[in-house]
Amino acid sequence: MTTLTLAKALNEGLRAAMDADSKVLVMGEDVGKLGGVFRVTDGLQKDFGEDRVIDTPLAESGIIGTAIGLALRGYRPVCEIQFDGFVFPAADQIITQLAKMPLRSLGKVRLPVVVRIPFGGGIGAVEHHSESPESYFTHTAGLRVVACSNPVDAYTMIQDAVRCDDPVVFFEPKRRYWDKADVEFGAPGLPLDRARVAREGDDVTLIAYGPMVKTCLEAAAAAEDDGRSVGVIDLRSLNPLDMPVVRDAVNRTGRCVVVHEAPIFSGLGGEIAARVTEQCFYRLEAPVLRVGGFSTPYPPSRLEDHYLPDLDRILEAVDRAFGY
Amino acid sequence: MTAPTAPPELVQLLTPEGERVEHPDYDIDLTAEEVRSLYRDLVLVRRVDLEAVALQRQGELGLWASLLGQEAAQVGSGRALTDADMAFPTYREHGVAWCRGVDPLHLLGLFRGVNHGGWDPYEHNFHLYTIVIGSQTLHSVGYAMGIQRDGAEAATIVYFGDGATSQGDVNEAFIWASVFNAPVVFFCQNNQWAISEPLEKQSKIPLYKRASGFGFPGIRVDGNDVFACLAVTRAALRNAREGQGPTLVEAFTYRMGAHTTSDDPTRYRVADELEAWKLKDPIERVKAYLFKNQLADQEFFDKIDAEADQLGKDLRARCLALPDPQPGAIFDHVYVEPHALLAEEREQFTTYLAGFEGAQ
Repeated sequence: MTTLTLAKALNEGLRAAMDADSKVLVMGEDVGKLGGVFRVTDGLQKDFGEDRVIDTPLAESGIIGTAIGLALRGYRPVCEIQFDGFVFPAADQIITQLAKMPLRSLGKVRLPVVVRIPFGGGIGAVEHHSESPESYFTHTAGLRVVACSNPVDAYTMIQDAVRCDDPVVFFEPKRRYWDKADVEFGAPGLPLDRARVAREGDDVTLIAYGPMVKTCLEAAAAAEDDGRSVGVIDLRSLNPLDMPVVRDAVNRTGRCVVVHEAPIFSGLGGEIAARVTEQCFYRLEAPVLRVGGFSTPYPPSRLEDHYLPDLDRILEAVDRAFGY
Repeated sequence: MTAPTAPPELVQLLTPEGERVEHPDYDIDLTAEEVRSLYRDLVLVRRVDLEAVALQRQGELGLWASLLGQEAAQVGSGRALTDADMAFPTYREHGVAWCRGVDPLHLLGLFRGVNHGGWDPYEHNFHLYTIVIGSQTLHSVGYAMGIQRDGAEAATIVYFGDGATSQGDVNEAFIWASVFNAPVVFFCQNNQWAISEPLEKQSKIPLYKRASGFGFPGIRVDGNDVFACLAVTRAALRNAREGQGPTLVEAFTYRMGAHTTSDDPTRYRVADELEAWKLKDPIERVKAYLFKNQLADQEFFDKIDAEADQLGKDLRARCLALPDPQPGAIFDHVYVEPHALLAEEREQFTTYLAGFEGAQ
């Protein structure tokens, strides 16, 4: 066991993936000498060389487009998009090429490309540095979309994403990069497409992923003081969704609140609410409720505490779930 | 009105009249057999294209993007490739596909709507057609970076048109190829028209001159001269394989037909232009050269024409015999590894379809 921050756990996971397979490459803006703006790739270029850890020109479409070409040649590129709001120049390559080329080839082409994206707010950043664009990608068939929430998962999930023969969009909760946990090197994790029961509960189920998992766990602990048993599911995989785990939990509690930073409208919460309603209809005591961002662009940082779901907003939703 | 301008400077080895001319930097030494073989490819490729247009007109293809007029650019560059080189086409490179040995039936399948491509890119080192303009330029550069890492003796060639040079991806590909010194040949077929927009809407300078701003050589070649296209592409590929980095080749040619079968070029260009380019036909000049130099007789030309007709006939029959895919094929190959959502939808859809079995 070693105590690692989430960023360092990703770094160790990448290191293990690069050790295991010489075809694994890391590429992106500032990932080499600097080690990435969040230091996730710190030291990798020194140890694996400039041919495997590539400082790229400042062009996101170029990063993904050339990663596709490298994958066609048998490589397994791990691309870093520096911030969530910078992914859109690459959206065309991700959505029209990366996601669809394997189908276009009737399975003759595999594109094991990982697109790492630090996402979410809460760090007092300027515009375009705090967004949650996951729904754009969960809506695109051909992509797998995952989000890690803690160092233990980060360490295994990044390795599983690299090993996966499908393209994976890998969201990293940037405000949790500095959270610490004990990580066991070499230990396997849950399969990449599985959700995790982060906390058992009998009265209501909170469903979250990425940065909101920790917030939900704090809310669950606070609710316990009020005598409510609140469970928390960490989805981990956003496409596909691990519905059996969600279903089991909601069937037990009959109440479900989905929490994410992304705007509620057309967000993942709507998809989960629909599926839970279809699959748990007779067990529900209340409609599935959602806590998330407003239908506004991400606000200036002096306002972000009002925008981001916090403990109080989650507990208020829990209260509402008991009001039916 | 624009002032009359001198014909553009370009590398030419065979005039429209079929005269062999010299160029100080590029030369080519072809046997009579090789010239006849190039002629055969040009004719057969045009025949495939003609048959496909006819099939579309008869409702057997949803769409077709004709290469009429661009045969020399495609056959010349396609024949310059070695087996180890990798070609990245747009959706109009039927002539390059032919040179790589891809069965034209695959191309028809895409435009018929049987699949989105489906040939094995690795079997002939000919990548899938890319429809979004310019995306493939980045793929070719990435692939070329893979060649560098493998230490392999190979290069990539990527095709795109004059309109594509305005795309961000193409410009990013130029930058990446330049700074990584990637073994790639950018082969731009300037056919003068991006659907209805003439070249003036894309560029104020000749396209090949763009390369110098990115730090690598650019060269313009007569795109209707198969000898010159072959010679120039061969040299560019050799330079790439030898570690000298990318080259931009601008093949100056003309789209004799519509952009696709859905397009009507009479709305935006004058007939005189087409007539002028007809005099520069890529096939006629090779035929004239063969005749003048007594490298082929009428019997040879008749034989090629008969072969072309048979090819068209066979292709038509095989196209009409293409089976529609089964409904469940919608779910195939979206993911390599098992995917719970797709498995669920496939099962539901199969059950739904089964409900109709036996119904009247």
